[in-house]
Amino acid sequence: MSATAVVHSLLTSAAATPAADRIPTPHIEYAQLSPVLIVLGTATVGVLAEAFLPRRSRYWAQLGITVVGLAAAFAAIIALAADGYATTRAHIAAMGAVAVDGPALFLQGTIVLIALVAAFTFAERRLDPVAHGNRVDSFAAQGSAVPGSPQEMKAVRAGFTTTEVFPLLLFAVGGMMIFPAANDLLTLFVSLEVFSLPLYLLCALARRRRLMSQEAAVKYFLLGAFSSAFLLFGIALLYGYAGTVAYTGTATAPGIAQVIDGSANLTPALANSTGNDALLLIGGAMVIMGLLFKVGAVPFHQWTPDVYQGAPTPVTGFMAAATKVAAFGALLRLLYVVLPGMRWDWRPVMWGVAIVTMVIGAIVAVTQTDVKRLLAYSSIAHAGFLLAGVIAVSPSGVSSVLFYLVAYSFVTLGGFAVVTLVRDAGGEATHLSKWAGLGRRSPLVAAVFAVFLLSFAGIPLTAGFAGKFAVFQAAAQAGAVPLVVIGVIASAIAAFFYIRVIVMMFFSEPQPDGPTVAIPSPLTSSAIAIGVVVTLVLGVAPQYFLDLAGKAGVFVR
Amino acid sequence: MDHLIGALVGAPLLGAAVLLLGGRRLDRIGHWVGTLLAAVSFALGVALFADMLSKDTGRRTFTSHLFTWVPVDSFRADVGFQLDQLSMTFVLLITGVGTLIHIYSIGYMAHDERRRRFFGYLNLFLAAMLLLVLANNYLLLYVGWEGVGLASYLLIGFWQHKPSAATAAKKAFIVNRVGDVGLSIAIMLLFTTFNSFSFSPVFGAVRDASGGRLTAIGLLLLLAACGKSAQVPLQSWLGDAMEGPTPVSALIHAATMVTAGVYLVTRSGAIFNASATAQLAVCVVGAVTLIFGAIVGCAKDDIKKALAGSTMSQIGYMMLAAGLGPVGYVFAIMHLVTHGFFKAGLFLGAGSVMHGMNDEVDMRKFGGLRGYMPVTFITFGLGYLAIIGFPGLSGFWTKDKIIEAAFAKGGGEGWVLGVVALIGAGVTAFYMTRVMLMTFFGEKRWQPDAQGHQPHPHESPKSMTVPMIILAFGSVFAGGLFSLNSSFLHWLEPVTGYSEGHSPLTAWQVSVATFVVLVVGAGLAWQQYGRKPVPAVAPRGSVLTRAARRDLLQDDFNHVVLVRGGEHLTRTLVHLDHSLVDGAVNGTAAGVGGVSARLRKVQNGFVRSYAVSMLGGAAVLVAATLLMRGI
Amino acid sequence: MNAYAPILVLGGLGAGFAIFSVITASLTGPKRYNRAKLEAYECGIEPTPQPAGGGRFPIKYYLTAMLFIVFDIEIVFLYPWAVSFDALGLFGLVEMLLFVLTVFVAYAYVWRRGGLEWD
Repeated sequence: MSATAVVHSLLTSAAATPAADRIPTPHIEYAQLSPVLIVLGTATVGVLAEAFLPRRSRYWAQLGITVVGLAAAFAAIIALAADGYATTRAHIAAMGAVAVDGPALFLQGTIVLIALVAAFTFAERRLDPVAHGNRVDSFAAQGSAVPGSPQEMKAVRAGFTTTEVFPLLLFAVGGMMIFPAANDLLTLFVSLEVFSLPLYLLCALARRRRLMSQEAAVKYFLLGAFSSAFLLFGIALLYGYAGTVAYTGTATAPGIAQVIDGSANLTPALANSTGNDALLLIGGAMVIMGLLFKVGAVPFHQWTPDVYQGAPTPVTGFMAAATKVAAFGALLRLLYVVLPGMRWDWRPVMWGVAIVTMVIGAIVAVTQTDVKRLLAYSSIAHAGFLLAGVIAVSPSGVSSVLFYLVAYSFVTLGGFAVVTLVRDAGGEATHLSKWAGLGRRSPLVAAVFAVFLLSFAGIPLTAGFAGKFAVFQAAAQAGAVPLVVIGVIASAIAAFFYIRVIVMMFFSEPQPDGPTVAIPSPLTSSAIAIGVVVTLVLGVAPQYFLDLAGKAGVFVR
Repeated sequence: MDHLIGALVGAPLLGAAVLLLGGRRLDRIGHWVGTLLAAVSFALGVALFADMLSKDTGRRTFTSHLFTWVPVDSFRADVGFQLDQLSMTFVLLITGVGTLIHIYSIGYMAHDERRRRFFGYLNLFLAAMLLLVLANNYLLLYVGWEGVGLASYLLIGFWQHKPSAATAAKKAFIVNRVGDVGLSIAIMLLFTTFNSFSFSPVFGAVRDASGGRLTAIGLLLLLAACGKSAQVPLQSWLGDAMEGPTPVSALIHAATMVTAGVYLVTRSGAIFNASATAQLAVCVVGAVTLIFGAIVGCAKDDIKKALAGSTMSQIGYMMLAAGLGPVGYVFAIMHLVTHGFFKAGLFLGAGSVMHGMNDEVDMRKFGGLRGYMPVTFITFGLGYLAIIGFPGLSGFWTKDKIIEAAFAKGGGEGWVLGVVALIGAGVTAFYMTRVMLMTFFGEKRWQPDAQGHQPHPHESPKSMTVPMIILAFGSVFAGGLFSLNSSFLHWLEPVTGYSEGHSPLTAWQVSVATFVVLVVGAGLAWQQYGRKPVPAVAPRGSVLTRAARRDLLQDDFNHVVLVRGGEHLTRTLVHLDHSLVDGAVNGTAAGVGGVSARLRKVQNGFVRSYAVSMLGGAAVLVAATLLMRGI
Repeated sequence: MNAYAPILVLGGLGAGFAIFSVITASLTGPKRYNRAKLEAYECGIEPTPQPAGGGRFPIKYYLTAMLFIVFDIEIVFLYPWAVSFDALGLFGLVEMLLFVLTVFVAYAYVWRRGGLEWD
């Protein structure tokens, strides 16, 4: 008697009935999914730690668990890549749900590293002044306490901290890792929700300016739900068109790609619906819209500045970097694997989106007066530049976007980490006027920020230049020269406001009541240092990493 | 061995990074870290040298390609190294003298609270200078070129609290920019002509290029060399650069960086060989500078400025030699190396004197120091004998060769250049004897400093005297060693080429003439400064003396011709800029700003309007997709 | 088009019935107002005057509702598994245990952090 049967006989009275027809059990390649499983497992352990450890030991335990988990996940990714899963052995795992290939592993690795650096900034406890004998981080003492209420005062006095941010970070990372690897539309949607929900929560947890933070979270949640609805509706339409949600498949069990290029054996009923391209076009457009919301492309960008400004700055840095990586990964896979047969339809539209995104992102940034909003608009413009690379539909398009994502994300993390250092009595001093003369008062911090800004602007010998160069080159090779011209003009406009900040920091007189620059712990320092190193290394010697991205840039079909 | 080349540059670069980013906690060990890494670099240089010696003469050139920075079409910005006999010579000079000066600085800068930063800058300089001489292409050379410029700027202005130091640093930087512009235009021309930046393809294709182009490139390279090596007409910065700490003057502004111009001309020999005009220009610049620097050196009372004039003059000799083509390249580099030894030794000696004399630099307030600082006196004296070309010492072997080669140019040019070089040797003997006499001999003219402290001259600590002694050995023996069996000639010949000139005078005749001139120069100096007491306040002097004290009116010339003229030009340009360019730029900026402000209004903070615009965007996107298909 | 006709007809019938009922009730029913009729029907919160300063509902209501939904959904997943337990075999059992375990982690968190205490 098998173990199953024993349990069965104990639990049910149906043991005597003849064994029912077996449903074939799915085949799951746990080893190949291990990076994601490790991260999600670590998150679960984090929740348990939160439940059972005494309050005092939670911070260090959570930090340790998070770092170890992320490091283990990164090791697993490297091991998979070393085993050839990024190139020769790339394939589709978990019954067609998840792809294990070069882009997936490359982006997962990037996301894990971003999360590791972000975890350092999350854990920073030296910036805020000591409150009631407790060192505090950037997060609310008690998220559920009404801002300004006696409960909040009590929580602050008791030295509560929201150490749940670490498991939340890990859950988001888990979702983000599946997102670019998702090989069917349902996995895509589920992973989208898995990483979005923790992000909504994290946005609401700022220690200072809590109302603004909560407002940001609510906006992000509402608009995110709205865009999820688009995505879901698009999925339904695509399913209606193709009769499947899988990206790829075989002739007998076709995925959407096969249905589109006509290589699938279709049932008569399905053959009827595939005749109707409207379903495909509308469905495809709506799924892309859902992804464009996440990358912050115009006209789905308006949440970005509000949310970036309101969210706790470490979260903003993480969100700006990792969400963009995950969403561009998913967008690339969707456009290159599922819809390449439709590129004559979506390319002109994406051209328009890319142009509008670059131009509006750059132009509106010019009149911003808040550093975080400035960086938000800069991230919109960067989304436009990245879209230029996506549109190329060529191997160099993929590798250039992968490279750009790495270059952009670490610079962004570093940039927001610097923002956390410049403080006055009310917390971070994000108004640009307060940054005037920072170069006189704190030359090192100002110089580091200047390096990041130069990289954003795409000045040679920084990572930003190499990335921009790569995407524009890919776009130009694919014949999108007008797009490149507009991109360069937008870069020039963008350079104006980056340089303006630098000029302001170094060439204007410091205000007498200006902010102070907090001395960070090694955590934030190392996050900033990593940003600087990546900026310079990718700027001075980009070829190795471009080659790496080129090698990793082949999607499994 | 390829990796060692990278490590050679990497060690001081690492030192610079660690020391400059490490912060205060490295204050106590910073100078040791810097010195250690310089020594590591020197050790690697020696290892590479030994390896090179073990190879056949024809196979001594290593190249090592590290990576290419964003290649586009034929534009390849390579980071690659080329180590041949020429760069090897420089590597040993730079790291060897560099290490000694690091050691010296430990003592010299002991009381400076920013000592760690000083060593960081020194390491940065070493890395940049090594990059300059090891690059296998002009683009990377340019990076090193700018790097040494930066390090020089930082170090001249190291005592930035002194306005004079800050001004001197700025002056050096700006004058060097003029030369750098020449270099950058030369590199652009090189690329359009040869379609490559790398040395070997460029030199291989020189034959096919038009003469006019080559002359233009040569003259621009000369302009660059003039800037970096303080040659007329871009010489004005070097005297002021003495505001920097003395070890800096010794390393950067005497032994290594200022000779980069000579390196550039020698390295680009293939281009200069193909253009007689450019070569003649190099000779003329060298000849003019060697006299110019020597005259300035005669009039200065500031010991460091006198030495700076001498440096200018000696580099003039090298330039002159390099301008002679294959006849002179080897001797230019040979003189460069021996000059590196004795001039660094002289500067370190001057630093040692200043150290003992409350940082006094006016030689009129020295005198009679030989008994108080015996080691300094002897090492300085040996350097002195070497630089004036006393028979048997380093300068004798190398300077005589240059004078000989100048005569060997042949014809009227040869006579003119040769006689100028000969006169230069006499003036050198005059001003160096003057320095020697005013500092170490005669009666004590010591005066209390501004705070009223009477100087108590004393010998400097070991960390300062040991490098001086080692450099003195180099000053005495290096020249003879190089000339033994023409070993240096055979060593360098495969890279620079060599051809025997046809001198109208024999080597003996030149040597005798030089010696006579030397004795006359030294004798005149003794007549004026040895037999009579030296006045503690400088006499008014003749018109020439007064002009020479003001660096032969170089600054006045620059002011009248360049600054005034520049001001007029700038005023006109500013006017044009305001009315035309700014109009356009500001108009664009205002336009962008206006659009931006209007677009900003859309961002009103209400979720409902965001959602509406998303919905609108979605509708447009879907409609556009459908329209594309024409459904 | 034909395939969708029954759905349209069904929708039309539903809408028609709803409109018919509302109109009929308003025409024929007696209209006697009292307090009870203004109160919430069967479920929901008693409409009480708002506390001073605008105030909010205590978060406990939401918390409890959310917990109910979480565990309710667990049941929804458990039920089909229980029905086809035979057909799913060992794989089904292991996966379901993992699922239940994961939900129990959430339960443990809620329990330890006092989410189950009303006051």
